[in-house]
Amino acid sequence: MNLIHYWRAMWGIIGRELWRFVRQKERFVSALVRPLVWLFIFAAGFRATLGVAISPPYETYILYEVYITPGLVGMIQLFNGMQSSLSMVYDREMGSMRILMVCPLPRWFLLMSKLIAGVSVSILQVYVFLTIAWFYDIQAPWKGYLWVLPALILSGLMLGALGLLLSSFIKQLENFAGVMNFVIFPLFFMSTALYPLWKMKESSEFLHNLAFYNPFSQAVELIRFALYGEFNQYAFLCTLVAFIFFMIIAIWGYNPSKGMMMKKGGK
Amino acid sequence: MNGKNVNIVTALDVEKLCFSYGKKTALNQVSFSVRASECTILLGPNGAGKSTLFSLITRLYDSKQGKIELCEFDIKKQTRQALSRLGVVFQQTTLDMDLTVMQNLYYHTALHGIGRKLAKQRIQEELERLNMYERRSEKVRELNGGHKRRVEIARALLHKPSLLLLDEPTVGLDVPSRQSIVEHVHQLVSNHDLAVLWATHLIDEIFPEDQLIILHQGQIKAQGTIDDVLHTTNTSSIGGAFKQLTQGKKI
Repeated sequence: MNLIHYWRAMWGIIGRELWRFVRQKERFVSALVRPLVWLFIFAAGFRATLGVAISPPYETYILYEVYITPGLVGMIQLFNGMQSSLSMVYDREMGSMRILMVCPLPRWFLLMSKLIAGVSVSILQVYVFLTIAWFYDIQAPWKGYLWVLPALILSGLMLGALGLLLSSFIKQLENFAGVMNFVIFPLFFMSTALYPLWKMKESSEFLHNLAFYNPFSQAVELIRFALYGEFNQYAFLCTLVAFIFFMIIAIWGYNPSKGMMMKKGGK
Repeated sequence: MNGKNVNIVTALDVEKLCFSYGKKTALNQVSFSVRASECTILLGPNGAGKSTLFSLITRLYDSKQGKIELCEFDIKKQTRQALSRLGVVFQQTTLDMDLTVMQNLYYHTALHGIGRKLAKQRIQEELERLNMYERRSEKVRELNGGHKRRVEIARALLHKPSLLLLDEPTVGLDVPSRQSIVEHVHQLVSNHDLAVLWATHLIDEIFPEDQLIILHQGQIKAQGTIDDVLHTTNTSSIGGAFKQLTQGKKI
C-alpha cells in the first residue's frame, strides 16, 4: 500500500461527491435557498426589532443581516454535514457504502476522505452564498474571503464529523427525522448564529451557557472572526477539539468489531 | 505483491466460523475452502446464513469465533492485503445511478489505487468482454437490470482479484440475462484461474463441474462435487438433495 494509492482513492471519493453534487441540481438550489430565505426574509423582518451593538469583530454598528450572515454560513455547513450523514445512512441501506468499506484501505482513511469530500461541497455552496450576499450589500473586507477558507475547512470538518458520528449510530433512514428535531434545530437555535451571546444573557443565563458550550456556536464565531480578517483562538481550539472528539467516536462507530456495526450485526 | 503468490491455489479458507445476532445463531461451525479455477455454489434457502457469511468475508461484520483467510491473508489481521484480492457483487445494486458507467468504474479503480491510464485500459477490456463498452457513457439509471449486473461484474474484476464473491447476482433478472451472466462467470473461472463463490437459491445456475455447498440454518449440510452430494444424500438430482437436506430429513 503506497501513498499514491491513498492519494488516488481520496481524489476518487472527492471527485464522486462533486460529480454527484453537480448532477443533482435540485440539491444545490435547495442548499442555497434555505440560507437565502433566512437572509432576505427573516433577517430583513427582524432588522427593525433587533439592534446589534458594537462587539468584536465588528467595528461599527451593523445591520442584523450582517450579523446573521456568518451564522447562515454555519447553517449551510451544518445542513451539509447532516445531508452527508443522511446519504451515508441511505448508502448503507442501499448497499453502495459496502463498495467503499470493502476496498483495501483503512476505514479511518475512507471516512476521512468521505468527510473531506462533503466539506468540499459545503465550501462551494458557502462561496456561492457569500457572492449573492455581496450583491445584497453584505460585504466583508476582501481579505476576509480568503481568511474564511481555513475556518470553513475546520468548521466543515467538525460538523461533517458530527454527521458521520450520527450516521454510525442511526440504524434506519426513518430515524433521521429525529436528527432534525434533536440535533439540527437545537444546535442552530441555541447558538450565536442568530443572536449574540450577551443578548442571550439578558434573557436567560442558562440559555447563554448552553449557547456558549455549543460547538456550533464556536464554529460560527470562528467563521465570523475569520470573515473580518481576525483569528478567534478560543473558537478555533473548541472547534478543533470537537472535531477530533466527534471523529474518534465516528471511526469507533464504523469499526466492524467494536462500534455500532457490531451492535447492528451481531456477535 | 506483499510477498505472496497471487495465483495461490486456495483463494478462500473458512474455518469453524460462528456468528450470531444476539441469541439467534446465524452461522455455526462453518468450514470450507474455495480454490482457484473453481466455481463453488453456495446453495441455501432464504435465511440460511449466506448473506451473513458474505458480510463476514468482506469484513463488514467481524466474528469472534473462527477464521477467514483470503489468499492466505487473515481477514482480521491482514485486512487490506486480503481485501485487495477480493472482488464482490452484492445482492443489491451498488452502482451510483446518477453517474455514467465509466464514472462508476473509474471510482472503483481509484479506490483500488489504479492509475488513470491502466484503469482506462482495464475498463475497456472488461466492458468489451461483457458487450457493454458501447454503453460506457450512459447513466446507470438508463440501463436495464441485466446490464447493471454486467457493469457490476466488470467492476468487481477491474483490480484483478483472485476470488470473486457473487451474492445472488441474478435475482430479479429475466431468463436470457441470467443465462448470459451464469455463462460469463463460468468462462472467467475456466479461462482466468479465478475462484468464485456464488450464493444462490436457484438450482439451474449450477454447472456440472461446479463445487457445491448446501447451507441451511447456519450449518453446512453437504459439500463437495455434485456427485459427492448426490452420493451422500442418496438422491438423483440436486433439487432432490437440496429438498432433503433443507427439510431436515435424516440422510
